[in-house]
Amino acid sequence: MSVEYKSTLKKKILELAPLILLFVSVLNEFDLNYLNYKYFSFNFPFILIYYWSLKRSESLGYGYIFIAGLFNDVVIGFPIGLSGFTYLIICGFAAYLRNITLRPNLVNDWLFFLLTILVATSINYFLLITFFEVDVNYYDLTGNIFFTFLLYYIFSYIFDLYRKFVFEGKKNA
Amino acid sequence: MATDRDDFIIAIRSAFIKKGNKQRFSLIALIFFSLILISLSRINFTPINYLKLGLNEIVYRISFIVSLPEQQLNKVSIEINNHFKMYSEYSNMRSKLKKIEGKNFNYEYIILENERLRKLIDEYIINSEELVAKVLLDKNSPFLKSIIVNKGSKNKVKNGMAVLDGPFLIGKVVEVNYATSRVLLISDLNSKIPILVEPGNFRSILSGTGKNFATILYSKDEQKIIKDQVIYTSGSGGIFKAGIPVGKTIDDEKVEFFSKLSQLSFVKLVSFSKENN
Repeated sequence: MSVEYKSTLKKKILELAPLILLFVSVLNEFDLNYLNYKYFSFNFPFILIYYWSLKRSESLGYGYIFIAGLFNDVVIGFPIGLSGFTYLIICGFAAYLRNITLRPNLVNDWLFFLLTILVATSINYFLLITFFEVDVNYYDLTGNIFFTFLLYYIFSYIFDLYRKFVFEGKKNA
Repeated sequence: MATDRDDFIIAIRSAFIKKGNKQRFSLIALIFFSLILISLSRINFTPINYLKLGLNEIVYRISFIVSLPEQQLNKVSIEINNHFKMYSEYSNMRSKLKKIEGKNFNYEYIILENERLRKLIDEYIINSEELVAKVLLDKNSPFLKSIIVNKGSKNKVKNGMAVLDGPFLIGKVVEVNYATSRVLLISDLNSKIPILVEPGNFRSILSGTGKNFATILYSKDEQKIIKDQVIYTSGSGGIFKAGIPVGKTIDDEKVEFFSKLSQLSFVKLVSFSKENN
């Protein structure tokens, strides 16, 4: 295995890291629920999808996001297609924000993220309650939205560093 | 106003309808596809069920591998919690141990004090000999209430030995032959045993009546005897060890025996001697 090949492979893995992280997070329900804090949970795929759709949409293809949604449905037992639909709505909101934004601003992104997850979650649970007669714990749901919103700021900062390191570094090179 | 609306429509159209950079599918197409899947899920469409089964097979296998790091993280988290808990549990245990040690010292002190006091009143008596004997009834005995047992002087039976049925006193040896002995039961009219009535801690004499109960003699008026007080030997006179249960009061001064004296088959012959101080 040549040094050049190794370097290319490493770069490829680094570029695919957001997608890998998305699949890992939907496959093992990464929400730190083992910490056993009451009402504490957050939806990591929402943060990941919103951020990367907003900042670098080619990192997560819509098709992969849809498939990740199908996997998530299987893992948490939702009707097939529901999570994919929710994820795609988030992608749509992120794409809309990207189209109308001239000068990106973290606070604007953050507040728009709140609106996005409120709408996406509302549609998600509206469909669940109306068509699939699922009971929902609204306290848990509110806690989940709240912490997802709060943690976006932190993850956004981390993803910014990663994006600058992997993608913008590559451009400069 | 119209320009704002146009901008909004253009942005929406661009976001949902146009295929993005390096995107193979447009967002709106996938959204419609999702909605179709959801609708088919709602009506339990058979191919969707097969799709779900296939996905289950794939996802559960991958999920097991993917969740290994999180499981490790979970284990670490539990271990850290246990370590923190261990400290608090250790602190609790230490404080409990201190209390128990304190109680244990008190307990040991009470035992030593009890031994010392018993030596002081010359009441320290220990078991020296214990024999098990079979009961042979003697109907022609001059004593009204007595039994004959199959142990005598050849078995080192001596006059005055206490006779127990289990832990309860039933009488004393009054006649020793070579191979047999006669036991005077505590129900006999001639039986007089120094006793202690508890609770109340007052001493008296228990006298047999010839019937199935005994009476307490010489009790003072101020020492009111109530039902269910327990009668023990007091140890006065040095014949019996103090604290052997005899019976309990039924009413007034009557005492019912713990042991059924008419149904004895095996008894213990026990002699007591004082410990050398």
